[in-house]
Amino acid sequence: MSKHTLSVLVEDKPGVLTRVAALFSRRGFNINSLAVGPTELPDISRITVVVEVEGAALEQVTKQLNKLIEVLKVVELDPHASVQREILLVKVRADPATRSQVIDTIQLFKAKVVDVTTDAIVIEATGTSDKLRALLDVLEPFGIKELVQSGMVAVGRGSRSITDRSLRSA
Amino acid sequence: MSDTTKQAPSPADVASLARPRPAAEAKPVEPVGPVTPAREVTGAQALVLSLEAIGCDTVFGIPGGAILPAYDPMLDSKKVRHILVRHEQGAGHAAEGYASATGKVGVCMATSGPGATNLVTPLADAHMDSVPIVAITGQVASAAIGTDAFQEADIRGITMPITKHNYLVTDPAKIPQAIAEAFHVASTGRPGPVLVDISKDALQATTTFSWPPQIDLPGYRPVLRPHGKQIREASRLMAAAKRPVLYVGGGVVRARASEALRRLVELTGIPVVTTLMARGTVPDSEPLNLGMPGMHGTVAAVTGLQKSDLLITLGARFDDRVTGQLSTFAPHAKVIHADIDPAEISKNRIADVPIVGDVGEVIKDLIEQITLDRATADDDTDAWDYAEWRERVADWKRTFPLGWTDSEDGTLSPQYVIERIGALTGPEATYVAGVGQHQMWAAQFVKYERPNAWINSGGLGTMGFSVPAAMGAKVAEPERTVWAIDGDGCFQMTNQELATCVINNIPIKVAIINNSSLGMVRQWQTLFYNERYSNTDLQPTTQRVPDFVKLADAYGCLGLRAETPEEVDAVIKLALETNDRPVVIDFIVHRDAMVWPMVPAGVSNDMIQAARHEAPVWERED
Repeated sequence: MSKHTLSVLVEDKPGVLTRVAALFSRRGFNINSLAVGPTELPDISRITVVVEVEGAALEQVTKQLNKLIEVLKVVELDPHASVQREILLVKVRADPATRSQVIDTIQLFKAKVVDVTTDAIVIEATGTSDKLRALLDVLEPFGIKELVQSGMVAVGRGSRSITDRSLRSA
Repeated sequence: MSDTTKQAPSPADVASLARPRPAAEAKPVEPVGPVTPAREVTGAQALVLSLEAIGCDTVFGIPGGAILPAYDPMLDSKKVRHILVRHEQGAGHAAEGYASATGKVGVCMATSGPGATNLVTPLADAHMDSVPIVAITGQVASAAIGTDAFQEADIRGITMPITKHNYLVTDPAKIPQAIAEAFHVASTGRPGPVLVDISKDALQATTTFSWPPQIDLPGYRPVLRPHGKQIREASRLMAAAKRPVLYVGGGVVRARASEALRRLVELTGIPVVTTLMARGTVPDSEPLNLGMPGMHGTVAAVTGLQKSDLLITLGARFDDRVTGQLSTFAPHAKVIHADIDPAEISKNRIADVPIVGDVGEVIKDLIEQITLDRATADDDTDAWDYAEWRERVADWKRTFPLGWTDSEDGTLSPQYVIERIGALTGPEATYVAGVGQHQMWAAQFVKYERPNAWINSGGLGTMGFSVPAAMGAKVAEPERTVWAIDGDGCFQMTNQELATCVINNIPIKVAIINNSSLGMVRQWQTLFYNERYSNTDLQPTTQRVPDFVKLADAYGCLGLRAETPEEVDAVIKLALETNDRPVVIDFIVHRDAMVWPMVPAGVSNDMIQAARHEAPVWERED
C-alpha cells in the first residue's frame, strides 16, 4: 500500500474534524497521520491527512471526502512537488557526561535544545518522517524518556495556491 | 476548532440576496417560499414558521421534554398537520413513505435522547435508499450539553454516518437557515436524510424571523449537467454493442426520469432490468423489461446481465445483492455508469464511461445524441441493431417465467396471495413492503406500471418498514389505495402505528403474509443450515399468538383472515371496498414456500437456480 498526502480544505465548523476522521474509519481507510489548523482565510481550516491506500481506493476516499457538505476542496499533494514537515519533541536522558555528545549529534539534524535539566534535555526537530526517524535512531542509545510528534503538514511548491479565488470570495 | 460561522441573517443580509454575486462564487440557491418581513418570535415559532414557509404540510412525530416548546406553536399552525405516531421509528418510516410516494421531503420530529435515537433506524434506511427526509429533534438546553443531562444523547454525533448532513442549532436566529439548508440538501443532488437537532433554550429564546434566510453551503455543489464528451462516448459504445442491457436503479425513480427512460427504451430497443429500487420505472407490461436482477431476480434479467457486452447503468450502484460475486459479474460487459453521486461511479465496478449528472438530464442528452448518431450512421452496418440479442433475451423470458409450485396439502401459497392483491387492486395503487420473503414476492408478482407504486426498504433491509411507510404514503396521496404487504415477523415490529392510522383516518390496507416464521431466515436455514430451524419459528403452538384479526379489531381496524385459495379474492375485495378504516388481512400461508429464482450469497450469478435443484440449461454456444 502506498501513502498519499491529501490536503482537505473545510469550513471551520464544529464537528467537521469528526466527520472527516469518522469517514476514514467507517469506510476502512487507514489514516497514517492527521494534522488540522487554520489557513490564511478566515472560516476555512486545512486538514492534512496521510492515508495508506491503493489507486482505486484513493479515488474513492477523495470522492467520499468531497461528499461531506463542509468539505470545500480535496487536493492530493505530490511528495516530489511539495514540502512536507512534521515536528518532534523528544525528552532524552542526558547527564553532564553525555550531554555534549547528545547536542553534537542533534546538530547534524539541525535540531535544537529547548529545555535542559540535570539529567535530561528536550529536543525540538522538524523535518520529513524519514529525517525524524533517523534522528530518533541515533538518540535511542542515550535513552528516550518521552516522545511526542505532530501529524504531517504539507504545502505545494511554487507560487500557486490551493485556496484559489473561488474559495476566497466565498 | 471554534464555531466561527457567520451571524444569523438580518433583514439587510436577506435583501442583499437580490444583488448579483461574484461570478466565481457558487450559484446562489434560489430561496423557497413567500418573502416574510422580519418580526419578533420565539425559536419554536421560527421553526414552525420556517416549516410553513418551505411548504411542509405534514410532520410525523412525538413530543417530549426537549422538543416541547416546538409543539406549542405547532398546535396553532394551519398549514402543518402534525400526526402523532406511537413510536419515533414509525415517524421516520412514515416520513420516508411520504417522500417515496411523492418525491417531496418527508418530515419527522422527536424529542432528545431516546426519541432521537429511535429515529436512527429510519435515518439509516433513508440514507441507504436516498430518501429525502428531514428529522427535527429537540436537544437538552445548550448549557446542559455534555453533562449527561436527562434524556441527553449526542444525536448529531450518532447520526453523522447515516445522514447526508446534520446540524446542531443552539442559536435561535439560525433555526430558519438550518431548516432551509436541511430541505435543500435533503432534496437536491443525491437525495438523503438530514437531521436538525435544536437545543431547548434555542427554541425558547426570542429571535427575529424573516424568510427566506440565506443559504450558505459553499461546499455543496451537485453536478447536474452531464459532460457532452461522455455522452458522445456512451452513444458510441451503444452503437457498437451487440448485447446491451439498460441496468436501471432507484436513482431513476428519485430523479423522476421514468418518462425519459421509457422514451430511451423505445428509441433504442435495448432490453432493461429494473432493480428492486426501480420496479415500475419501466412498466412490467413492456416486453423489453426483463424484470428484477440480482439474488432473487428473474432468470432473464440475471442472465441478460451476465451475457451482456454493455451495461448502460442509470442511477444504480452495483449493490452486492445485484452483482453476486463481483469478480464474475457481467464478465464480458463494458460499463457506462451514470449517477449523480460521483462516489458511486467505479466504487464497486470500474466504469469505462463514467457520467456524473442528474439521470434525467443524462437520458435526455443520450436520446439527443443517439438520434443524431443514428441519423448519420451507414445503413449497411449493423450498428444499433440488437434484434438477435432481443430474441435471445425474449427466449429466456419465455422459458423461465417467474412462478411457484403450490404445496401438496392445498394450503395457501404466499405468492398466489400477493399476485391476487396486485391483480385485483391494479397499477394505480401503492404497494409498500417490509423485508424478507414477502418483499421479494411483492417485487416479483405484483405488476408495476408506474414509478413510486413500489416502496420498500432495499439497502438497509429494515424489518418493520411496511406499516408506517404505508401510512406515510397514504397521507401523501390519500386518493390512492395503499397496501402494506407485510410479513408476520415484520408486522410485529411496528404494528402499533395502526392506532395512528385509525385515529387520524389513514385507511391503509395491510396484508400479513403469515407463515408463522421469519421466512427468509428460515429459507436460508433450509438451504444452507441442514434444515436446523434455530429461532425462526414465531408460532410454535397451534394457538395464534397474537391473533392478528383480534389485534386489528382491538385497534379499530377491520380484521379479516384467509386460509384457503378460495377465500383470497373475497377478503381482498372486501378490503378494497372498506375505506372508512384500516384493514388488516391475516393470510395464513404455508411456511415452506421459498423465494425463487435464487443466486446463493457470494457466488457467481451464473449459478442462478430457477427453482430448487433446477439450474437453467443454456443454449449450447454459451
